[in-house]
Amino acid sequence: MNPVDNAFILICAALVLFMTPGLALFYGGLVRSKNVLSTVMHSVFMMGLVSVLWALVGYSLSFGSDIGGVIGGLDYLFLSGVGMGPAQEGGNLSHLTFMIFQCMFAVITPALISGAYAERIKFSGFVLFSSLWLLVVYAPMCHMVWGGGLLGQMGALDFAGGAVVHMSSGAAALACALLLGKRRGFGKEAFIPHNLPMTALGAGMLWFGWFGFNAGSALAADGIAANAFVTTHMAAAAACVVWVVVEWLHSGRPTTLGAASGALAGLVAITPAAGFVDPWASLVIGGLAGVICFGGIMLKNKLGYDDALDVVGIHGVGGTWGALATGLFASGIVEFDGVPQLGLFYGNPNQLWIQFVSVVITWAFCFIASVVLFKIVDAVVGMRATDEEEMKGLDNTLHSETGYQL
Amino acid sequence: MKKVEIITRTFKLDEVKEALSDLDIKGMTVTEVKGFGRQGGHKEVYRGAEYQVDFVSKVKIEVVVQDDMVGQVVDVAAKAAKTGQVGDGKIFVIPVEEVVRIRTGETGDGAI
Repeated sequence: MNPVDNAFILICAALVLFMTPGLALFYGGLVRSKNVLSTVMHSVFMMGLVSVLWALVGYSLSFGSDIGGVIGGLDYLFLSGVGMGPAQEGGNLSHLTFMIFQCMFAVITPALISGAYAERIKFSGFVLFSSLWLLVVYAPMCHMVWGGGLLGQMGALDFAGGAVVHMSSGAAALACALLLGKRRGFGKEAFIPHNLPMTALGAGMLWFGWFGFNAGSALAADGIAANAFVTTHMAAAAACVVWVVVEWLHSGRPTTLGAASGALAGLVAITPAAGFVDPWASLVIGGLAGVICFGGIMLKNKLGYDDALDVVGIHGVGGTWGALATGLFASGIVEFDGVPQLGLFYGNPNQLWIQFVSVVITWAFCFIASVVLFKIVDAVVGMRATDEEEMKGLDNTLHSETGYQL
Repeated sequence: MKKVEIITRTFKLDEVKEALSDLDIKGMTVTEVKGFGRQGGHKEVYRGAEYQVDFVSKVKIEVVVQDDMVGQVVDVAAKAAKTGQVGDGKIFVIPVEEVVRIRTGETGDGAI
């Protein structure tokens, strides 16, 4: 075991955990004040619930011995066999370190989906849906990409979770937004964010935590981690600038929410590519993410579905762009078994095709599985809050709390 | 006795308060209110989606004065609150039947 690598990844795990309360603030500021706590709760409660599920069975289903290339076995049930030493002989990390780092990814992913159904979902429905989703959608995705399953074997590149985290949550968000229906008054009333400084602070926490997310995905304190750190920062910066310019041209004003949304779009887009591409390419990937994700959000306004906080537009569209961009810009920084991983612009068009196929599989699997889960949970406990609960606000009606006593 | 209600821009509150204090007005009630007049609302843009916000934030200042003071109070308040732009607000004068000072039980002009 390498103590330097181990220390670095433990710190990265802590950074990734910090993203979830960041997300709570980011989303919390975007809803109306009567729903701030219910929205914050969607993220905060995941830190507890998902961590427990992860220890009990989630880690095993993700990284246990391969079953049919789709899911892991039950070897690590209750974390049995996950010890202080490395997972395999000669490994650089404690098995516990790897497990807890991955746990933090599992925590934030179902929390990301919550932006789609904010302000109208029942808490019981949310808890059951998120629990099942973690085991039925996230764990197989994680196994297929990183646990030795199909997508990894196919050669699909996903450095830090473009497919596992962002496309999966984006596809689930689309399913939920379509099935749950619009908020009361959507399209007629103005749904104005109640606290944008909170959203900007949350975006800052996400940006900070993302360094652990992406640099840590190198799984060692090495040059690839440094490259991922730099590409992460540059992509976020470029997207922040480009989004603001685009909306300035589009609607005449540069906005704070635009700067925060742009940064987030850049972070999402660089996630699958972070370790594989050069810093110059990260500026291009991030810059284009600023335009593409802004377009993704415009699309929602055109199509009329109510993805309340734009999970599809930012995570779904941004993650897809990042996955394809990895197939374009991968420059051989990372080698698998001595083979440098190259994209189209470095003479390997096949990689773009593999990335495309992985995007299609990810969207199809995550969307269909999310629809099925939604229907089951809706039949068992119900997914939508009542009209009265929605009108009065979920904070008071579902949680007996009020965000602000002013 | 009359109640003078001054609905004006939030940033004009201090100027109106100072102007009324100069007239030796001893008390007032201030409320944050929302509404619209000819100014209408305003437009806000979130992630490219435009929303019309109908109600604009204003303050309402209420003072009760003796009948012979009403003219002066209205003049001074109107002068202090004026910017000349649409949205400066309104002043309403309303008859008041009785006033009671709770602490002493005094009534009428002496209780103002």
